[in-house]
Amino acid sequence: MKNPTLHNMKKPRIGSHTIMLMITIVLFIVLYGAGCVMYANKEFGRLQNFLNVLINNAGLLIAACGITCVMLTGGIDISVGSVVAMTCMFMSVGLAEWGMSSGVLIAMILCIGLVFGAVQGYCIAYLEIQPFIVTMAGLFFARGMTAVISKEQVSVPFDSWFGQLSQIKVEMPFQIGAYLNKKGVLMVPYVRITVVVALVMVLITFLMLRYTKFGRSLYAVGGNQQSAALMGLNVKKTKLLSHVLCSFYATLGGLCFCLNTMCGTPTQATGLEMDAISSAVIGGTLLTGGVGNVIGTLFGVMINGTISSLVKFNGKLVASWANIITAILLCFFILLQAIFAKIKERKK
Amino acid sequence: MNKLRNITKKQLFLPIISMILVMLINVLFDIIDGNAAFDFFAISMKNGVLYGRIVDILNRGSEIAILALGMTLVVSASAGTDISVGSVMSLAGGMCCMMIAGFGVTSVSTVAELAHPIWFGIVCGILVAILAGAFNGFLVAYMKIQPMVATLILWSAARALALLLCNNMIVYVRMDEFKVFGSFLGPIPTPIIIAAICIAVLAAVLKFTALGTYIQSVGINKRASRIAGFNSANIILMCYTICGLFAGIAGIVNTSRIYSADTNNIGLNLEMDAILAVALGGNSLGGGKFNLAGSIIGAYTIQAITTTLLARGVSTAQAPVFKAIIIILIVVIQAPPVKEFFKKRSARKSAVKEAV
Repeated sequence: MKNPTLHNMKKPRIGSHTIMLMITIVLFIVLYGAGCVMYANKEFGRLQNFLNVLINNAGLLIAACGITCVMLTGGIDISVGSVVAMTCMFMSVGLAEWGMSSGVLIAMILCIGLVFGAVQGYCIAYLEIQPFIVTMAGLFFARGMTAVISKEQVSVPFDSWFGQLSQIKVEMPFQIGAYLNKKGVLMVPYVRITVVVALVMVLITFLMLRYTKFGRSLYAVGGNQQSAALMGLNVKKTKLLSHVLCSFYATLGGLCFCLNTMCGTPTQATGLEMDAISSAVIGGTLLTGGVGNVIGTLFGVMINGTISSLVKFNGKLVASWANIITAILLCFFILLQAIFAKIKERKK
Repeated sequence: MNKLRNITKKQLFLPIISMILVMLINVLFDIIDGNAAFDFFAISMKNGVLYGRIVDILNRGSEIAILALGMTLVVSASAGTDISVGSVMSLAGGMCCMMIAGFGVTSVSTVAELAHPIWFGIVCGILVAILAGAFNGFLVAYMKIQPMVATLILWSAARALALLLCNNMIVYVRMDEFKVFGSFLGPIPTPIIIAAICIAVLAAVLKFTALGTYIQSVGINKRASRIAGFNSANIILMCYTICGLFAGIAGIVNTSRIYSADTNNIGLNLEMDAILAVALGGNSLGGGKFNLAGSIIGAYTIQAITTTLLARGVSTAQAPVFKAIIIILIVVIQAPPVKEFFKKRSARKSAVKEAV
């Protein structure tokens, strides 16, 4: 197969969106490759380091998948970061202070996510309030609730069933990428259970968006609301459900986030919603709706994670460089999308 | 009855009602606490400066009001929001203090230690904010990128740049000449004066030139106004640049208030308050017609809510819960389906009356 270039765009199978996705994937490989070469002495290229990027961003990945679904309908949800924080706080306080069992807490939290999303979705779809304002109220509410539950940092007790989950290592099969450490002990690369959950959620979302009626209607509503309504789709219900899904994903992402940090603080995960949105945009999702893919989002999150990993490995750079580099990349991708859109317009 | 209906139809009706509601709640709490009923409105002189809760709200609300001015134009012209203003505030403050103190210096307190004069620092800070606004405007107007995504770039980059400028430290400028912008000019708090000047200048420009009409026409229909002979892109670019300018002014005021460039916290989440002010003022976030007075009332209402909550002993971390509930209530009342429902109900009632 030939490389997809601009000349191939006449063929209907390789659209500009496929090229965008390819560029994202290539960029990720280039970034990671550059890291491997630059920090070869610090073992950046080890499989475990790659898996660490996944482990650190599992929560973000799940939340970003949810946001992608909302963005596909042309909406936006900026409350996810706060919902993640609220989830973490609820979980840690529930275990440490209220003495509730992990299973009940997880069920409660997921239900809270569903209700939270339903309220937001109802306001957006049926009361026709702008999504930005509604989810901004959601952001304030969830962030404030986090502080209402507890003003101080609370740790998750390790002896609980939930705490035990964080200890589970899922080792790579057949000892792929195994190495001997300085003491001569064989280290098998592993991932945490959160990564498994996140990747399964990505797969489920991908299949849902591609093959189910609901998934296709998300694209239809985002592409053109009026024609979707004329086709007989229930636009309002689809929008409502997309928000329910997003908040549900946010709570699930919050649980994974909690497993990673093992604590709840009122200021946790501030700005996570913007990371999720920028990951989705880098992955080729349009804010206007109708275009996007969770595979792109996966790579968007991985690019975000790789950049912060690179900055960490450098050691001398200040952490804010990660923000600046991500912003430059975001700018690059947005301009690329704009250029593709212009080319398309000219062809018409 | 008809007169009442006409009043309720005015755009400024709801913003003013919500403002009065917040004041009433304050009066109610005062009565419950056994204070004088109208303690809220009392203004007195203490240590030669004005003192009172109204003064405090006007003072603290200055930044939101200044930001809301620019945000109103941006929302009207481009049907989108500029979420970078908070970060740009921080960038302006960081740039200003860095210029005054010199790179890497964390504290200056005498004229001899200054790297540049204070006015130069302030001009630099505002210039960099204008530049940031122009960058946003270029992306939105000429590259046709959705405003929220375009401003997302500076939302994350501007604060990071400010941190780099200040070498990741808090830069103090302990000089009265610098503090004056955030403290008092005579008996009146300077931020109030600055906000008043900003409001007056923008209102005058909108009143005496056709700019306001241009902006609204671009917001209502970009293509039609281009055919009518406006350069839509230039007008949008101008709106974003003005928004950047106001963000810069707000940043300087906020920096001067704490006489330091605390780049991590200056303007944090203030973009949300500014957008909220625009929405509370009865302006549609979908662009088009706007009402500057509504936005300004909205801005002070938000500050009044915040101040009330803090005065009631709610911690700053918990205050957002109540804020969220108030926002949702106000926005739901203004939602089109809810309005229609009430209209139908009143129509049914009058029909029943006629039948009787």
